[in-house]
Amino acid sequence: MINIEIDGKKLSVEPGEMIIEVADKAGIAIPRFCYHKKLSIAANCRMCLVEVENAPKPLPACATPVGEGMKVYTQSEKTIEAQKSVMEFLLINHPLDCPICDQGGECELQDVAMGYGEGVSRFTEGKRTVKDKDIGPLIATELTRCIHCTRCVRFGEEVAGIQELGAVQRGEHMKIATYIEGSVDSELSGNVIDLCPVGALTSKPFRFSARAWEMQQRPTIAPHDGVGSHLYLHVMGNQVKRVVPREAEAINETWIADRDRYSYESLHHADRVTKPLVKQEGVWKETDWSQALEVVAKQLNIIAKNDGADQIGCLASPSATLEEHYLLQKWLRALGCQNIDHRLRKTDFRVKEQAPQSAALPCEFTDVEYYDRFLLIGSYLRKDIPMLNHRVRKAVMLGAEVSVLNPVDYDFNFDVAHALISDVRLLSTQLAGILKALSANAPLFSTLPDYLRQVSPDPAQQAVADSLKAGEKVMLFLGSLALHHPEAGLLKALAEGIAKETSGELAFLHEGANAVGARLAGAMPHVGAAGSALPTPGLDAAAMTHAPRKAYVLHQIEPEWDCAYSAQTLQALEQAEFVVALNTFQSDTMLDYADVILPAAAFTETSGTYVNLAGHWQSFEGAVVPQGEARPAWKILRVLANLHDVEGFDYTASTEVRDELKQQVEESAAQSHEVAGQTDTSSLKSYSASRDNTQQGLVRLTETPLYRTDAFVRRSPALQQTTDNQRTGVRVSRQVAEQYKLDPAHPVTLQQGDYSVSLPWQVDEALPGNHVWTAGVAGLGAPFGAIELTQGKVS
Amino acid sequence: MTAIPTNQVCFRTLGHDAPSSLATYESLGGYQVWRRILKEKTPPEEIVEVLKLSMLRGRGGAGFPTGLKWSFVPRTSPGQKYVVCNSDESEPGTFKDRDIMRYNPHQMIEGMAIAGYVMGATVGYNYMRGEFIEPFESCERALKDARESGLLGDNILGSGIDFDMHNHLGAGAYICGEETALLESLEGKKGMPRFKPPFPANYGLYGRPTNVNNTESYASVPIILEKGGQWFLDLGKPNNGGMKIFSVSGHVNKPGNYEVPLGTPFKDLLAMAGGVRDGNRLKAVIPGGSSVPVLPADIILKTDMDYDSLDKAGSMLGAGSVIVMDETTCMVKVLARIAHFYFEESCGQCTPCREGTGWLSRVIHRIEAGEGKLEYLDLLGDVSNKIMGRTICALGDAAAMPVISFIKHFREEFAYHIEHKKCLVENRS
Ligand SMILES: Cc1cc2nc3c(=O)[nH]c(=O)nc-3n(C[C@H](O)[C@H](O)[C@H](O)COP(=O)(O)O)c2cc1C
Ligand code: SF4
Ligand code: FES
Repeated sequence: MINIEIDGKKLSVEPGEMIIEVADKAGIAIPRFCYHKKLSIAANCRMCLVEVENAPKPLPACATPVGEGMKVYTQSEKTIEAQKSVMEFLLINHPLDCPICDQGGECELQDVAMGYGEGVSRFTEGKRTVKDKDIGPLIATELTRCIHCTRCVRFGEEVAGIQELGAVQRGEHMKIATYIEGSVDSELSGNVIDLCPVGALTSKPFRFSARAWEMQQRPTIAPHDGVGSHLYLHVMGNQVKRVVPREAEAINETWIADRDRYSYESLHHADRVTKPLVKQEGVWKETDWSQALEVVAKQLNIIAKNDGADQIGCLASPSATLEEHYLLQKWLRALGCQNIDHRLRKTDFRVKEQAPQSAALPCEFTDVEYYDRFLLIGSYLRKDIPMLNHRVRKAVMLGAEVSVLNPVDYDFNFDVAHALISDVRLLSTQLAGILKALSANAPLFSTLPDYLRQVSPDPAQQAVADSLKAGEKVMLFLGSLALHHPEAGLLKALAEGIAKETSGELAFLHEGANAVGARLAGAMPHVGAAGSALPTPGLDAAAMTHAPRKAYVLHQIEPEWDCAYSAQTLQALEQAEFVVALNTFQSDTMLDYADVILPAAAFTETSGTYVNLAGHWQSFEGAVVPQGEARPAWKILRVLANLHDVEGFDYTASTEVRDELKQQVEESAAQSHEVAGQTDTSSLKSYSASRDNTQQGLVRLTETPLYRTDAFVRRSPALQQTTDNQRTGVRVSRQVAEQYKLDPAHPVTLQQGDYSVSLPWQVDEALPGNHVWTAGVAGLGAPFGAIELTQGKVS
Repeated sequence: MTAIPTNQVCFRTLGHDAPSSLATYESLGGYQVWRRILKEKTPPEEIVEVLKLSMLRGRGGAGFPTGLKWSFVPRTSPGQKYVVCNSDESEPGTFKDRDIMRYNPHQMIEGMAIAGYVMGATVGYNYMRGEFIEPFESCERALKDARESGLLGDNILGSGIDFDMHNHLGAGAYICGEETALLESLEGKKGMPRFKPPFPANYGLYGRPTNVNNTESYASVPIILEKGGQWFLDLGKPNNGGMKIFSVSGHVNKPGNYEVPLGTPFKDLLAMAGGVRDGNRLKAVIPGGSSVPVLPADIILKTDMDYDSLDKAGSMLGAGSVIVMDETTCMVKVLARIAHFYFEESCGQCTPCREGTGWLSRVIHRIEAGEGKLEYLDLLGDVSNKIMGRTICALGDAAAMPVISFIKHFREEFAYHIEHKKCLVENRS
């Protein structure tokens, strides 16, 4: 520690820190534009110039390291004069269009100008203007206002990991532009809006809709993935006008993904259900709550009585709150129904998940940065969970090596050391090869089916094994593709085997905002809340589809998009006697299969808790009043249980629900995290039966695109227009296109069993042969199953 | 006037046949020092001591003692290090490095090789401005010859020492003469100066320790080591060792490069350059390139051409680029031209320079066009002072110093221009 003085205040500080960091910590304000604590130092704006004793000229506080005995004056005449001069320079070419600028009222330049600017300009020359560019649906540009701080450029280089914005030309002509004509497509792009100190980069959807001072800021948690980024909702009246990050170093630092920033747009979508709806003799009627709830209670009662509660099935979104998951299972289990699941896109349930687990990651998000070897198994982490990917990227910047095993050569924003791009049917073979390379006699092999026992590692698998072996801290990610894979259980066992051999740890990249919470709450058919044992296990999500039930309770899902077996689930719903959908939105499909639609409040309108992948219970409150007659789902469930005379449903606040579960979890001594080697390996041999060892036919490959993950995202217009969202539809490998002599001008027909769709298609060079890739396509069969492809003569 | 000695350092091959050839250079003692070092493995500290004694000061403009600079590179730190030669030579008025490379490239190469040896660097780059086609070809030829004679490459002459270097042509931006912008450019990035510290000695090319010197600085090294530090110091005067090439341009009868001892009186240099053209009266001189303060005739005529004397006279030696202006010169027009240059060449990253150079240039042009106001003169001084010392690199100072000095020494001429909306100088050239 060394001693310095700022404005006479004695401070003991770390050597090497910059004056501005020290001042910030001490609460001493130094104006700045280019400095940002999360970005590299550019020292280009010169706004932070301060007088330092014995320095002949004022020094930039952001780039001047403290030294023993240093005396800094932030309020001296010299400092003020220097800062005023810079302010004058910054304003000469800055338009005075504050009244029509979206940044007005929250503009760093405006703020500082109030303090340091002069009333009258001495600059009588013409001002510079810059032609604007369309950089996509999310960010509006007004580059004449740019003050060249290069925060946006550095963000792209240093954080997003893709350089989309740059400063072209020089001197006064320097301007921020996309290097190559085009849009800014990073999944983190919206952060440049917050970084831009002026109104040069603003939110396109938010533009001109409210003034900063008209809005109130309310905290919440992001509802789309297992990070649970901290957000502020900016609310005017009862409307969420925009969403910005709320700083949380351990969760999202100062950033948020675009998905979390723009999904608020869905809140006012025309599909919102604002009144309870009941179908009577095929005709939908708006009704009041008591009637609607009575219909639901009565119908479920009848089925439970006549056919058994086992004839009820419940599918819940993994992004529903902890409280909702808990109440759903508590209510239905009281009726005797165990068929509850939130793992909607999973297809292999042979190896039972151990529960309860209090986290899906072995560590905090921040700790991820300090692992030095990663193996990503079946994951497009960058688009699936952008803020977690950011941590891995930081680890790579520190020298970590990442290996990936994927059926598609995804575009990561960090260097991938070893990429195993494999036929999706052979993922387990690949992992077995890696395991063999690590240890030919790993005990796991004795439990594996023959086709895996016999593998011999190829050089690529050997390279991955060597890389992992050389690591000090190894982390294996089972991504959504691995978790949803038809051999998911096998992949998990193999990953555990590899973890064991490398002293590594496993992380499960479950989908949704509350996947860990759902597990803790007991929203699974084989364990109750807090891991409690059940008399008999119920049906999992796939089984509820394959063995149709007489009644379904759907919570915040759209099965055609959210369930693995899209078409089959719809069929099951249509044949059911009674379907109640708790949902924020309605759709034509829902109007077909449902009998009652209960308007559930949106994520901004309810209180609740999400437990993120790192195991943090993040509670939030409703920020706005529910639209129309929509009600927080936990309240709806409370009333339904009351109507069924279930005991213990007297909650007056959602926090009581949470605390009840919390106590159970604490008492159950929940495992901190699933420990490698605990998988029940007895069923692994049985995988031989389902294995197609020929790999001859075409296989379907699917993924949930970034902006199709849930009903909110799917209804957010700006996100729907992004380049990322164009990664949907049908793609085939070059090999398939040639083999089937496909005509690009005409659609192809895809068939899986009884289900078929016809759609336009494209070639994707990143796909291995024999693969047909469908994303955001409803109406087909098994996600990674055999598929037929034809291109009929066009009429 | 006693005859002034000339061409004893960087121009020593002039006057000989094929001055740029390896044979000529070697016949004059070239590469002797390099061979001796390779053979004897002279301790690097010894070399640095000789340079310190010689008081060779950086010829690129700032005049920083070269020996001292060489002692900054962490010689023994592991990993790649680099030596870089700054042959960007873009300052208006400067044209000496071009002639060193055309007529004596081997001496620069030998200097760089020695620097590489001292610093423990095995790779060198010679960064030339984009327009230097002829010097580039000359340097390429010289490199080829030196390599073929085994003077560069791996395990040079069996010494176990490696050093090779490459010539590189820039794309023609003045700012790439600033050493850190040069390094950025060399790395293939946009030429924009880095904030310092860290200095190139610690964090240079590709983040590795790097020594940057001007062409003339490197080319002075071999002969200093051959003839001794004292010999070089004695060529000039205390604290200002050696000869210096002055690029004399403007209103003289014999413009050109003159390598003369530091401390040579300006009037002698002017005489060598054939005096002021047409017998005109001398009006002013910019003694070190367009970025240094201008001096009126009465001051410069009493000043000697060395770092300290020019400093005392209120200007700088800079790169030794002597721009001579006679009585027909309109100072407003000259300043307008200079201001426009810095406005055009600002890299644009830091606020005072990006915004200030345009402001200065526009106001001066308005005065020139007869649209000025008297208060502009104070405004110009004020804006210049707000740029000075507050920018990332010294281009800001380079833009400001001419403005301040022109107005200081020729305020009346500017005032006349404003009041009468025309030039004080009749028949200006
Ligand atoms: C705007 C600007 C332009 C410069 N241009 C040159 C140049 O063309 N050649 C040069 O040698 N030094 C130039 N310099 C100085 C270099 O930054 C650096 O100080 C010099 O190359 C060091 O070499 P020396 O110590 O041998 O003089 C320039 C500096 C600035 C600020
Ligand atoms: S002073 Fe000018 S040239 Fe130097 S870094 Fe700043 S803007 Fe660029
Ligand atoms: S904040 Fe220090 S120079 Fe910009």
